[in-house]
Amino acid sequence: MRHLWLTAYTDILESLRARWFMVYTGVFGGIIVLLFAFGLTESRIMGFTGLSRLMVIYIQLSMAILPVFVLVTTVRSVAGDREAGVFEYLLSLPVSLAAWFWGRIAGRFVVVFLPVFLAMVGAALWGVVVSGAEMPWDLFLYYTGLLMSLAWCFLGLGMLISSLARSADVAQGAAFVIWLVLLLFLDLILMGVMIKEHVPADLVVGLALANPLQVFRTATMMLFDPQLVLLGPSAYVILDHFGEAGYIAYALLYPLLLGTLFATFGYLWFRRSDLP
Amino acid sequence: MIRFEQVVKRFRRQQVLKGVELEIGRGDRVALVGSNGAGKTTFIRCLLGEYTCQGRVLVKGLDPREQRHEVLSRIGFVPQLPPPLKMPVHQLIRFSASLSSADPERMEAVALRLGLDPARFRHQPFVKLSGGQKQKLLISIALGREVELLVLDEPAANLDPEARAIFFELLAERQERTAMIISSHRLDEVAALVNRVIEMDQGVVVLDDRVEDAVSLSSRLECRIELIRADQAFARSIEAWGFAPLEGGATWQGSVAGPDRLRFLGMLSRYAGVLRGIEMRERQAEAREAGCELSA
Repeated sequence: MRHLWLTAYTDILESLRARWFMVYTGVFGGIIVLLFAFGLTESRIMGFTGLSRLMVIYIQLSMAILPVFVLVTTVRSVAGDREAGVFEYLLSLPVSLAAWFWGRIAGRFVVVFLPVFLAMVGAALWGVVVSGAEMPWDLFLYYTGLLMSLAWCFLGLGMLISSLARSADVAQGAAFVIWLVLLLFLDLILMGVMIKEHVPADLVVGLALANPLQVFRTATMMLFDPQLVLLGPSAYVILDHFGEAGYIAYALLYPLLLGTLFATFGYLWFRRSDLP
Repeated sequence: MIRFEQVVKRFRRQQVLKGVELEIGRGDRVALVGSNGAGKTTFIRCLLGEYTCQGRVLVKGLDPREQRHEVLSRIGFVPQLPPPLKMPVHQLIRFSASLSSADPERMEAVALRLGLDPARFRHQPFVKLSGGQKQKLLISIALGREVELLVLDEPAANLDPEARAIFFELLAERQERTAMIISSHRLDEVAALVNRVIEMDQGVVVLDDRVEDAVSLSSRLECRIELIRADQAFARSIEAWGFAPLEGGATWQGSVAGPDRLRFLGMLSRYAGVLRGIEMRERQAEAREAGCELSA
């Protein structure tokens, strides 16, 4: 276990010095600054104002940015390290493969989740302390959980791709294609076309429930639109099968489970294949 | 200590190791030589358990893939190409020492002997060090551990002559209790360090021979070189070996590490046209009576 934490700690420190981390942190910090700058806390939409409104927007933007950032930076740095000879050297030290793999995931989770979380905390503190706004803590906690779950899911997927691909370029290409496919199967894009083309409703809803991006999107909508009016008739399927609380639990647990499955499969592949 | 039993390694259709059969004992200092693509790196990676392969690789009866911790605790490795790690020097030392339950101060002491002051480069990212400094640090990490096998891939390629001499001394201090595999694509680079040569070609062992083990790893040769006339190009080369000029640059004096004699003579051969005399005499008190004296 000591080796696992040591690997995680080293990975965190390596990431903090990497350029991608600066960009990544800058993007999420920048979003918050821009949202404040454009006065989103003062505007109102569907009854939402103040920090709640800001958080609703922030979470939608995070859904667009977080997965692709996590995927691309994970596969670039992990597959890139392998290509550059980092694995050859560090894995010649007496560290178990389990400690190495899961340590890297743990370290990477901290560096991909913390900037997103801290940007949200910063916004909350600014809103409460400086603007005197009321903090919607339930919303804050729920969004934190959703973001954790989403980050873990795509981190697991990134580690799986890094284990399977033998070069950083292939890994990056695969990561981008997967993200694009998941994005296309959001309700706004291909799902709409499928419904228009009379594809069986069960298949469409099944795809929506399998796509972690769509699960995240629906779950965030549910908070400001509990009846999922925006989703149209498919809302009935979701609410009839899960209920509101059930779907929230599903949205939190499903990506976590999926990410863990991806990571486990990635680990098993990593353990039985060539390391460098 | 090490056994390779019919080891075969394939990358897709290409067979890189073709049934390697080998045994290496504790006192062996092996030069693993061969041209590019001979299979040296693959051999080393199979030995370190980094590659899966057919056949059996055993280190003290243990499988390096299945019993990684037990096996790798006994092996110190210096790669040919230093990894592009961004972590600072002190962190790399601490990390490596912690993983291998070694004393980081011992690693730092080795680095100091090699001429790299870890305190001075404490906060410097490893990747920003020069090629020679990286090599010194990786050697320090490998030699600062209590290991039974050293696997060194072109270890002295980036070292200056002074650091090479100390590196040879460090190896000499361990030669009784540590087996060594020193990989190089040129035998003359490592010939004086080893007592056995294994040559690989296209994935098979084509030569496995004992070599004369007369050169002490810690010996030094006092040298005096006389030239027909002072020569600027020669001056630049010989200064890199730490030699000092006498008589306006027509005569040079200095010392060379015993195992480096072949490399040194190789350098001198480039200036054969301006050489008047070469004198090399072994310095060590306990060294054999017979010094060598050459005249050109």
